[in-house]
Amino acid sequence: MNLWARLQELRRYPSALVGLAAVGLLILMSVYAVVRYPYSEAIRLWRAGELTWLEYPRNAAPRWFNWFGADLPETISVTHERAKALHAEDLGGGVRRRTLSFSCDFLNGGGFPKELALFYEATFTRTPPQAVLTWRTPDGREIPIGTQVLRGGGRYIISADAALVKRLGGRPPHEALFAHPAEPGKPLRGRYELLVDLFTFEPQSEAQLKLIVYGQVHGWAGTDNLRRDLSIALLWGAPIAMVFGMSAALILTLWYLFISAVATWYGGWVDALVDRLTELRMILPLLPILIMVGMFWSRSLWIMLAVLILYGVIGGSKNYRAMYLQTRSLPYVEAARAYGAGNFRIIVRYLVPRFLPLTIPAFINAIPGYVFLEASLAVLGLGDPVLPTWGKVIQEASGFLYMGSSYYYWILLPAALLFLTGVGFAMVGIALDRIFNPRLRAI
Amino acid sequence: MAKQTKSAVNLVNFGRSESATLLRVEDLKLYFRTTKGVVQAVDGVSFELGRRRSATVLGESGCGKTTLARAILRLLPRNVHTFSGKIVLDGVDLMPMNDEWFRKEIRWRKISFVPQAAMNALNPVLRVGHQIAEPLVVHHGVSQDAAFKRAVEAAKLVGLPEDFLSRYAFELSGGMRQRAIIAMALLTNPELIILDEPTSALDVLTQANIMNTLKKIKREFEMSYILITHDIATSSELADEVIVMYAGHIVEHSPAARFFKAPLHPYAQKLMASVPTLREDKELEFIPGQPPSLLNPPKGCRFAPRCPKRFERCAEEPPLFSLDGVSVVKCWLFAR
Repeated sequence: MNLWARLQELRRYPSALVGLAAVGLLILMSVYAVVRYPYSEAIRLWRAGELTWLEYPRNAAPRWFNWFGADLPETISVTHERAKALHAEDLGGGVRRRTLSFSCDFLNGGGFPKELALFYEATFTRTPPQAVLTWRTPDGREIPIGTQVLRGGGRYIISADAALVKRLGGRPPHEALFAHPAEPGKPLRGRYELLVDLFTFEPQSEAQLKLIVYGQVHGWAGTDNLRRDLSIALLWGAPIAMVFGMSAALILTLWYLFISAVATWYGGWVDALVDRLTELRMILPLLPILIMVGMFWSRSLWIMLAVLILYGVIGGSKNYRAMYLQTRSLPYVEAARAYGAGNFRIIVRYLVPRFLPLTIPAFINAIPGYVFLEASLAVLGLGDPVLPTWGKVIQEASGFLYMGSSYYYWILLPAALLFLTGVGFAMVGIALDRIFNPRLRAI
Repeated sequence: MAKQTKSAVNLVNFGRSESATLLRVEDLKLYFRTTKGVVQAVDGVSFELGRRRSATVLGESGCGKTTLARAILRLLPRNVHTFSGKIVLDGVDLMPMNDEWFRKEIRWRKISFVPQAAMNALNPVLRVGHQIAEPLVVHHGVSQDAAFKRAVEAAKLVGLPEDFLSRYAFELSGGMRQRAIIAMALLTNPELIILDEPTSALDVLTQANIMNTLKKIKREFEMSYILITHDIATSSELADEVIVMYAGHIVEHSPAARFFKAPLHPYAQKLMASVPTLREDKELEFIPGQPPSLLNPPKGCRFAPRCPKRFERCAEEPPLFSLDGVSVVKCWLFAR
């Protein structure tokens, strides 16, 4: 009878252990997400817009794609500090010329970089510094890229320079500059150099440069079309899904346990009213109601949760009603009446505790349903406008998916996490059902 | 008919003054509404019980014994059709009292009840000690822990060892559970305890044990008892008076000494003849036929169709006849 002892019986069910591992993983993810990116930080990062994420590749796949033989490049970033100063001379009249080499080892044969960009930060009073850029390939070819005037801070997207594209024969620079001379469809592996002749025209004028060779893979989750690291959304999706699913499941499970006891105990019109309300809830369509709330009122996750709970507390549960109808006439309840226990005492100490163990599997089994509901709303475009959730990632990804698109990772990971939630809780719930519901117990 | 019964009741006082009467039931009726019709489970029952007296209610299954007990405690099911009459306890009529008052002032404060399925009357999720203590918590607002201590004392009285009190009901044997319920009934020191078949569903050794416990309690506590049973041997152990019920009526109410020697009503005689005795070798008798349906009871004497001594008058319902000032019988044979 001891609750803890019965929970320990879970060890006898291998499926329950797998389920517990899945649930444990989700909880660890939630804790890690909250510790790693505090709530406000996660929201700030997710809503920051492209400027925060400029140095991240756009639509990069997860890094583990390479485990399956893809050999895709990661992002290489060469800062000013890591650049080699080759030459420096004073040309007189305050004009100085320095030659810098930004070198990077490009060793992946599976694909070209996604983009190529030079970030700069220049200080000057009247005349901005200028940079003359030359690309040197591992086999010693030198390709002039052009001259860039460094006005303040900004970036020169080498891969988007139309003039350069024309000079390279119409090929995008991030491919042409890395292409193998013999097999233009493949990249040439080795050390590439960006040679920068940096001219400054004033004594105090200075410039900081940074070369970024955008990769095709990033992190464990990849990035989206706004260059955001998807790991933030996937990590934060876990605590949001857990809180949403668990609070809805907990509140409603306990409510049904309690209100059904009250209704069946008092019987008569109270029972009839609650039962009619239950039937009303059963025919009220939840999803359209939530869609209307999302369209006309608010898409806030917490308001959706509140509406869901308000919807749920209409009436009780037919299952509990059936069980209580049987229990209310058991001898021990009659005995309690005989020794003068009041209605409230009978409900709280005699009726409800008897079914409390049964609510544990019911609670666990109810969680994934609410998690999926939240995801469905997000996929329908009614996700919380602020919070990063799994459903919203799927919804954003869905705009970019088509047959043959290589962005499937974008939808695969959040879907896998939703699947993990469903299967994990279901496996634990089914085993708990067997433990707490003796009729299902195998002998 | 009601008038007749009332007048008959006034004759029966067992030679004691009015103040010695603890409980007086007058023309109590409890009818149930069912899909087949109205069941007249208790139909115009009247009797009196003195202080520190024990009465046993005898009768076969379905004669209304348990319903009578439940009616006294107002433990009514939801399909009540008629609930009328008078139940006077300590000179106060309980019938007009509202349910909340009845629950707080009567149940367990004045009348304790050991229900029929006492084996299953313990809350499966409470420890036995807390269960025994429940009435104290409910009625006297005693804290759980203090009530538990009192429960330990009450348990001792009925021979329930202390270490059983921290167990759950399913860990106890039937006899132990029965003791727990009896301990619970004693806890609030009521004036009347109604025991509904306290020894049914127990093996004979446990029965004997419980009976001894009840006898001890009867000696030590100045309470009145109503013992409902179909076991004549059990009732002979404890009763000062015997009430025999048949088909919702009381057919005989006699002092135990007289009843066990020579019952008056033909039904009671037949009942006694069906009991095996240890020393004489006698043919056990049974009553042919079966008790009438209470949905539509026969007119006249309800036992008449099975009665070996029936005659013309039995087509009319007999009133309660008083005999020697100590017995009442509902049979035309005793008409003067």
